[in-house]
Amino acid sequence: MDERPAKRAARSGYGLELRGVSKAYAAARALRSVDLAAPWGSALALFGRNGAGKSTLLRVAAALVKPDAGEVLAAGFTLPPQAANARAATGYVGHRNMLYPDLTPEENLRFYARLYGLPDGERRAAEVLRDAGAERWASRRVRALSNGMQKRVAVARALLHRPALLLLDEPDAGLDAQGKAFLASVARAVAEGGGAVVFATHDIERGLAAADRYAVLQDGRVAAQGSAAEADAAAISDALAAPGGGA
Amino acid sequence: MRAGLRAALAVYAKDVRIEARTRETLGATLAFAFVAAFIFTFAFDPSPRTLAAVGPGIVWVAYIFTAMLGMNRTFLLEVERGTLDGLRLAPAPPEAIYFGKFFGLLTLLIVTEALLAPAFLVLYGLSLLNVWFAAVAAAATVGVAAVGTLLSAIAAHARAREALLPLLFIPLSLPLLIGAVSGTAAALDGEGWSGAGRWLQLILAFDAALIVVSSWAFAFVLEE
Repeated sequence: MDERPAKRAARSGYGLELRGVSKAYAAARALRSVDLAAPWGSALALFGRNGAGKSTLLRVAAALVKPDAGEVLAAGFTLPPQAANARAATGYVGHRNMLYPDLTPEENLRFYARLYGLPDGERRAAEVLRDAGAERWASRRVRALSNGMQKRVAVARALLHRPALLLLDEPDAGLDAQGKAFLASVARAVAEGGGAVVFATHDIERGLAAADRYAVLQDGRVAAQGSAAEADAAAISDALAAPGGGA
Repeated sequence: MRAGLRAALAVYAKDVRIEARTRETLGATLAFAFVAAFIFTFAFDPSPRTLAAVGPGIVWVAYIFTAMLGMNRTFLLEVERGTLDGLRLAPAPPEAIYFGKFFGLLTLLIVTEALLAPAFLVLYGLSLLNVWFAAVAAAATVGVAAVGTLLSAIAAHARAREALLPLLFIPLSLPLLIGAVSGTAAALDGEGWSGAGRWLQLILAFDAALIVVSSWAFAFVLEE
């Protein structure tokens, strides 16, 4: 799998760095002074209950949402002033697949390749579709594909421009075991290639297995973080299950 | 510049391809346009004198209502499918996305207007085969698409978008609509440059202003 990180990403020490980041939607505070860093060459798993702030954090990192306060460096670029550079070096998979249902996976990826200005767009689209195991469905309309297959194509879309920073928001939702294994291999390939991966998941054991570091979000705050190898999956799970829990 | 042009072309080609495949928006706008044009046949007797007075108004009521339906869907479909985030994630300049969507909407409106023209001939005996009318209609449609693309992006996130769009569109495009109706009346009266030409100049000036302001403001709308 060709996942060499984008050489153009400005090399700070971290693929993603948030310092004192806060974000509120009207009265609801989604992030409260979050400090978090994902070093290059590693994968960071984000855990937390629904509404803990995982999706907002990833959307802030993807330059889709502006924080109210704090500093964000995505792929080494400061957001929002260097958002265009950061976007060129960041891949993002959200809850929705961002694919046009009346186009085929191949057409979708070719479109995004042109939008990203990739010189080898057609070849690259075919390559990521093959890597995602979606080659056989490349000529069917997206609306005719299963959710799992659409998710694979969505991941292929995020990898199209060889991002240095990969952000995945609950990417395993709706995927079968093979799909989950594919995702883990993608995350591993990006991290081992020198990039950084940040993913949100509810599957703690699988998340810890795929990550080098982890962080637990509770009510928009980082309640705990550390090395995935030293983490106790049962303790994290129990803490998340506790009333008002998250850590 | 070239990257922006490529991105704009990509957005335009994508919109045209999807519309050619589904005909969703064209079907809706055409059906609406025919109904709007047809309704007026019950309102008056289309004598040449009456037609000269109300014909241009009928044409533009049908065109503008249809345009509002088309512009409403320009960004609404992107929001509903979740693909607006896909556009926002790309490093392409916002102006490129604006112009891609603008040309997509413009193509849709011109095709709808062209297909609707025979209906005016059949229903009212109103022939729109007139060079000056074509120039006035094309120029006014450019302005409608320019402001419509921006307003569509604004309204797509609003809950009361069906009400918001005309509330924003009509005041902003009023000079354009006056020019379009008056220019059409002059063109159908056979006035040529002395009549329709003067309105055409006003419309073109307004087009330029709308394109510049809308493409500039679009970047702010696209960001959150």
